[in-house]
Amino acid sequence: MSNQVALTGNEVMAQAMRQINPDVVAAYPITPQTAMVQLFSQFVADGKVDTEYVTVESEHSAMSATVGASAAGSRAMTATAANGLALMWEVLYIASGTRLPIVMPVVNRALSGPINIHCDHSDAMGARDSGWIQFFAENGQEAYDNAIQAVRISEHEDVRLPSIVNLDGFIISHAVENLEILADEDVEEFVGDYQADNYLLNSEDPIAVGPLDLQDFYFEHKMQQAVAASNVKDVVLEVAKEYEEISGREYGLFEEYKLDDAEVAVVALGSTTGTAKAAVDNLREQGVKAGLLKIRLYRPFPAEEIANALKDLDAVAILDRADTFSTTGGPVYIDTRAALYDSDADLEVVNYVYGLGGRDIKVEEIESVFEDLQQIAETGNVEQKINYLGVRE
Amino acid sequence: MKLKEAAKKEERLTGGHRLCSGCGAGTVVRLVMRASDNPAVVGCSTGCLEVSTTIYPYTAWEDSFIHNAFENVAATISGVESAYRSLRNQGKMDEDFDFIAIGGDGGSYDIGFQSLSGAMERGHDMVYLCYDNGAYMNTGIQRSSATPKGANTTTSPAGEVIPGKQQYRKELTDIMAAHNIPYVAQASPFKPQDLMKKAKKAFETEGPAFLNVLAPCPRGWRSKAEEGIELTKIAADTCFWPLFEVENGEWKLNYNPKAKKPITDWLEPQGRFKHLFKPENEGLIEEIQEHVDERWETILHRCGEE
Ligand SMILES: Cc1ncc(C[n+]2csc(CCOP(=O)(O)OP(=O)(O)O)c2C)c(N)n1
Ligand code: SF4
Ligand SMILES: [Mg+2]
Repeated sequence: MSNQVALTGNEVMAQAMRQINPDVVAAYPITPQTAMVQLFSQFVADGKVDTEYVTVESEHSAMSATVGASAAGSRAMTATAANGLALMWEVLYIASGTRLPIVMPVVNRALSGPINIHCDHSDAMGARDSGWIQFFAENGQEAYDNAIQAVRISEHEDVRLPSIVNLDGFIISHAVENLEILADEDVEEFVGDYQADNYLLNSEDPIAVGPLDLQDFYFEHKMQQAVAASNVKDVVLEVAKEYEEISGREYGLFEEYKLDDAEVAVVALGSTTGTAKAAVDNLREQGVKAGLLKIRLYRPFPAEEIANALKDLDAVAILDRADTFSTTGGPVYIDTRAALYDSDADLEVVNYVYGLGGRDIKVEEIESVFEDLQQIAETGNVEQKINYLGVRE
Repeated sequence: MKLKEAAKKEERLTGGHRLCSGCGAGTVVRLVMRASDNPAVVGCSTGCLEVSTTIYPYTAWEDSFIHNAFENVAATISGVESAYRSLRNQGKMDEDFDFIAIGGDGGSYDIGFQSLSGAMERGHDMVYLCYDNGAYMNTGIQRSSATPKGANTTTSPAGEVIPGKQQYRKELTDIMAAHNIPYVAQASPFKPQDLMKKAKKAFETEGPAFLNVLAPCPRGWRSKAEEGIELTKIAADTCFWPLFEVENGEWKLNYNPKAKKPITDWLEPQGRFKHLFKPENEGLIEEIQEHVDERWETILHRCGEE
C-alpha cells in the first residue's frame, strides 16, 4: 500500500527518515537542507520516531557523532549540504574506512566561494573519492526511493559502506511534487531491524574501533574496502528488485531514456535529466535519434555498464554540474571517458559544464548540445572538447 | 574511595601499551578508570595516549574503545551515548554503561574545544577527561593554549629575541565551569585518592562531568622520568595547578599547601623553562609569579577560602 502525496523534496526526505526510524540522527541545519532536519525534529518532538536527535554544534560534530552512534551499534543518519559536507570531509573518510553503514541525504548546493546557496554538484563531487556510495535523483520520488534502498545497501554484509543520497538543492528540495510514499509498515519491514556484528555497546565482546593502523595492516584494510565497493553494484540491483516488489517502481544503476537506437546522447545526473528528457522528446519529434543516460549510482561508478550502454552512439555529451579545475573537464566526463577507453566503442565524447551556482538550464540549451553532437557525428570534427554551457563569456 | 579497595579492582588499561616510561597520561587514566563500576565505552582523541594504547591488532583497553579523530572525541562519545539512550528507551538494552571521552590538552583546549563545549552544553551523560601535559606531545612538543608562559616548545622556541611561549595558559577548567554543568574538577596524580574520588563523582554524575588532570610528560617537560609525580605535587604547592572542584556551581578547594612555594620550584627542574633563568630574561619569572599569585587569589575567593 502506498499514499499519493504532494510534498517538497525536503519534506519527502524527512518522511523517509521518519519511516526508517533511525536510532540516532545528529544533524546541523544548512540551506537548502534546513527544512528536512526541522521537520524531522518535529517528528522527534511529537514522539513519532524512536530517534535520539543530537543537536550538534557543527557538521564536523554531526558526522563525528553519527560515526560514534553507528559504531555503538545503532542505526544512525545525518543530512547536510555544501559547506556542511565540506566541513565533514575529514570524518567522511573515517566513516567509510571504519565501514559504518550511515545514510546521509545531501541537498546539493554550490560550494563557497564565493558563497552561493543554489544548486550545483560541487559538494557531492568533492566527496566522490571518500569511499561513500552516492546516488543521484531526478526528482523527489527518486530521492525518497533511494534513501530507503540505501539503508539496505549500506548495511548489506557484502558492502558495509555509508551512502550519500543526493537531491538537487531548491530544484528538488523546495519544489512540491506529486509522489507516492510507501506505507510506514512496508518501510519498517523493508529496512528491518539493524543488528551490527561488532559494536561498542557489547560488554560481552568489547572492541577497539579506529586504532592506529600502520604499514603492516592499513593497506589490507583499504583493500577490503575496495572489495566492498566492487560488491555495491550487485547489491544495488538486488535491493532494487526487492524494492520494486513493494513500490512498483523499477531501479537500476542508471536509466536509459530512448537510448536503444540513439545516435547522439547526453549523460547527466540529478534534476537536469528531467529537462534532458524534454529535449530528447522534442528532437525525436524532429526525427533526430537522441537519447539520455541518467546516472543513478555515481559511486562506485558502474563503468563497464555505462560504456556498454554508450558504445553504439556516434557522439555523446557529458553534462557536469561541477568543474574540477583540472582543465581536463568535469568529474562525470573524466569518469565516463575513462570508462570508454577500455571498450571498443568508436565515438566522440564531449563535455558541457553547466548550471554552476544554480544557473538555470533550459530545454533549448540541451537541444543546442544535441545540435553540436549531430554536427560532430556528421563531420567527425570536435571543435572543443570541454565547453561551458549557459555562461556569459 | 580507599586506595586499598581501589588497588584490588581490575586494571582497565593494561600494561604493554607504548607510552614512554614516566608518562603521566597512563597513570592518570588508570586511576580514573578505577572509579568506574560499569563496563565503559572509552573515546580517545588523536594524541600520545591514543597512538600508544591501540596499535592494530592490539589494544591495551579492557573496555570498548573508539578513536575517531583529533578534534571530535566529545562529539563521538555524544553519538555513542545517544545510541545507548535510544536503544535503552526502546527496550533493546538494559545494561549500565559508563561513557568517557579522553583528550589531551591539544584535543581539548584547542582543536577539540568546540566539540567539547557542544557536548557539555547538550548535557550528555558522559565524563570528559583532559590529560593536560601542556603541549602537543605526540607530534613533537608544539605549544598549545595549555602551555605555560615562557615554556620552550618546538613552535614557541626560546630564541635570541623571543623567550619561549608568550601567552599565559587558558583556564579550561573555569571555562567548563562556566558551562554550568553539574560537575567540574581539577586534579593531579600526586593525590590519587582525591583524583579517584573526583572520577567517581564524575562517573556518578547524571549528565556531563569534566575532569582536568595534570599529566607529566618527561619528554616535553625535559624533566626526569622518575620525578613526574613529585613535579605534580610541586605544581600544587606552588599553586601553579590548584586542586578544586565545582559541584553544581559550588566551588571547593581540595588542597591548600601548608607553605606556598615559590614558582621557581616548579620551573627549575624542567628543561623547558631553563632559559628563563638566564640574566637577559630577568623579570620574566617575577611576572609569572605575579600571575600565579593572582590566579591563586581568584581560586581562594571563588572557593570561599579567604
Ligand atoms: C586535524 C588534525 N590536525 C593535526 C593533527 C596532528 N596531531 C596529531 S596528535 C596532535 C597533538 C596532540 O596533542 P594533545 O592533544 O595535547 O595530546 P598529547 O599528544 O600531548 O598527548 C597533533 C597536532 C591531526 N591528527 N589531526
Ligand atoms: S611524549 Fe610525553 S605524553 Fe607522549 S607518551 Fe611520552 S611521556 Fe607521555
Ligand atoms: Mg598534550
